[in-house]
Amino acid sequence: MNIIVPIKQVPNLIDELEINSDGTDLDHDVLQYVLNEWDEHAIEEAVLAKEAVGGTVTVIGVDTTGELDSALHTALAKGADKAAKISGDFPRGTDSHTQARLLADAIKDMAPSLVLTGVQAPDDRDGQIGAMIAAHLGMPYVGVVTSVQVRDGRAVVLKEYSGGVMAEFEAALPMVIGVQAAHQPPRYAPVSKIRQMAKTAKIDEIAGENGSGAGSTVRRMFKPKSAGHAEMWDGSPEEVAEKIVALLAEKGLLNR
Amino acid sequence: MPNDIFVLAEHFNGKLADISFEMTGKAKQLAPAWGGNAVALVLGSGVRSLAESIGADCVIYVDDPALADFNPEAYSRVLTALVKQRSPRLIMIGNTSMGMDLAAGLSVSTGLPLIAYVNSLAADDGTLVATSQIYGGKIQAEAVPDGEACIVSCLAGAFPADAGKGSAPVEQIPSPMPLDNLRLKFVQLIEPQGGDVDITQQPILVSIGRGIGGPENIDLAQELADALGGAVSASRPITDAGWLPKTRQVGKSGLAVKPKLYLALGISGAPEHLEGMRGAELIIAVNTDPKAPIFDVAHYGATCDMLDLLPVLTEAVRA
Ligand SMILES: Cc1cc2nc3c(=O)[nH]c(=O)nc-3n(C[C@H](O)[C@H](O)[C@H](O)COP(=O)(O)OP(=O)(O)OC[C@H]3O[C@@H](n4cnc5c(N)ncnc54)[C@H](O)[C@@H]3O)c2cc1C
Ligand SMILES: Nc1ncnc2c1ncn2[C@@H]1O[C@H](COP(=O)(O)O)[C@@H](O)[C@H]1O
Repeated sequence: MNIIVPIKQVPNLIDELEINSDGTDLDHDVLQYVLNEWDEHAIEEAVLAKEAVGGTVTVIGVDTTGELDSALHTALAKGADKAAKISGDFPRGTDSHTQARLLADAIKDMAPSLVLTGVQAPDDRDGQIGAMIAAHLGMPYVGVVTSVQVRDGRAVVLKEYSGGVMAEFEAALPMVIGVQAAHQPPRYAPVSKIRQMAKTAKIDEIAGENGSGAGSTVRRMFKPKSAGHAEMWDGSPEEVAEKIVALLAEKGLLNR
Repeated sequence: MPNDIFVLAEHFNGKLADISFEMTGKAKQLAPAWGGNAVALVLGSGVRSLAESIGADCVIYVDDPALADFNPEAYSRVLTALVKQRSPRLIMIGNTSMGMDLAAGLSVSTGLPLIAYVNSLAADDGTLVATSQIYGGKIQAEAVPDGEACIVSCLAGAFPADAGKGSAPVEQIPSPMPLDNLRLKFVQLIEPQGGDVDITQQPILVSIGRGIGGPENIDLAQELADALGGAVSASRPITDAGWLPKTRQVGKSGLAVKPKLYLALGISGAPEHLEGMRGAELIIAVNTDPKAPIFDVAHYGATCDMLDLLPVLTEAVRA
């Protein structure tokens, strides 16, 4: 079974996000990039599927940061078998439409049985890549998936609705799946193994051309001006605890 | 018809989801800007009565056994064909579990742009202006489509639902595409197993997020909940990790709660989490990051370490 996992680096949301001087994008130069959290789950689900039924896992990404190798090495250390990157003149924050087209073109040549993407990314303003890749490849797509089981050339997936309700779907492979959570928490790769991959692994390089964009143009990017903001309490934990208790007492929420 | 606004109505278990009304209301408000109609689309089986309870300008429904349960492949086929045939100006789809399977694929299959995670929509002199909430709720991006037509996927709760309630003339149309050779098969719905605690019925929730650090600290939250006479709920990463059962999850794919007190500890306030708790009567948030979006919906907040706060707060409540 040939499992492909498209991955993507995204700005680390823990960092302060600054808007650029045009006010139309983030200031990508000051950002730290991390692997999209949902891609971690896609990698895990792919490796679990391979462990269950055999096959190979290939991780692939569009190198928009110049740092994709490290994410690919980590994925290899977690159990992926092959890594590929699409290189070209891609700016940081390249739109989903462009990335999906590049990925679909590359994946088409890999004869995939299963394509597992993260269900969404924090920066996919023009939409989720998984469903786009599926449309390009003419394959069915199911997203918000929390379990993938493969047997006899078919996949059984569980998709989450709200309130904890799940829908079970089944499809003959190939198909594309947007992973919300792996059915087991993603494993860690030992640092020594990542280092070893960085030294020995071969990353296939595929040349790609920049695309025609998202089909929409950002006029203005800004931090949300919320209707309200919490009234902030300063002080030590003891002082904060006192304020909370006083407020709850005032509201009649203490059952004393 | 090229100036119409299509709204994909979402329904589940024989009931229209709120997002259907939210988007319909917005579509009705926008439609006059382009001289078109707000047209709701209902796909399903036996859905005439649902179609009759949407307050659009008109409602089109496709009734087909293959659409009895949501099936992304079947829905995508129908939507793609309808959009190509009727060339609406704007297509509104919920950024919900169902809508997320459709909007981006429809963008590729129709060649129309998609603006996702939209929480504000306006017609500015005839130009559509759509604002997306991205980067975990930390950034808003206001965008305009490069051409005239566009798809938007809308966040739940972004627009008032009341404006989309009512009824309108309905028209049944046959499926514009055959649906008999689907590769994707819906098998069954799986209801959640009853949990130990029903968090939707609790007056007080001590809700913990990734800031809890590890499963060994959950007891600290439980002790506070016990002292307050409430229960412990959580954000998704906590239930994904298996530290609490799935039935304790608040948010988009968890439960919507409206307690008298929601104590959000170490929760960043991602849009998917806020969806489930912003209606709480009193929200107090504790998060070491003063910029965490949770503080935009909380009434009171503090930036101390939740692990330091938990034991002292439990003591203070007990005192
Ligand atoms: C389709 C879909 C459905 C989803 N459904 C849900 C859902 O139902 N519910 C849900 O919650 N999420 C849901 N999510 C996930 C959501 O996007 C976020 O990833 C999630 O809510 C983040 O959880 P968190 O706030 O606990 O973690 P983080 O975003 O990692 O935030 C942890 C916070 O804790 C703070 N912190 C860290 N240490 C401390 C400390 N010692 N003291 C105080 N603060 C500290 C940090 O500053 C940070 O703000 C969904 C996502 C998708 C794509
Ligand atoms: N056992 C581990 N092996 C490898 N990486 C880890 C491990 N534990 C945590 N990490 C990663 O290392 C980073 C710091 O983790 P920690 O120091 O455990 O907070 C986190 O982003 C984790 O993803």
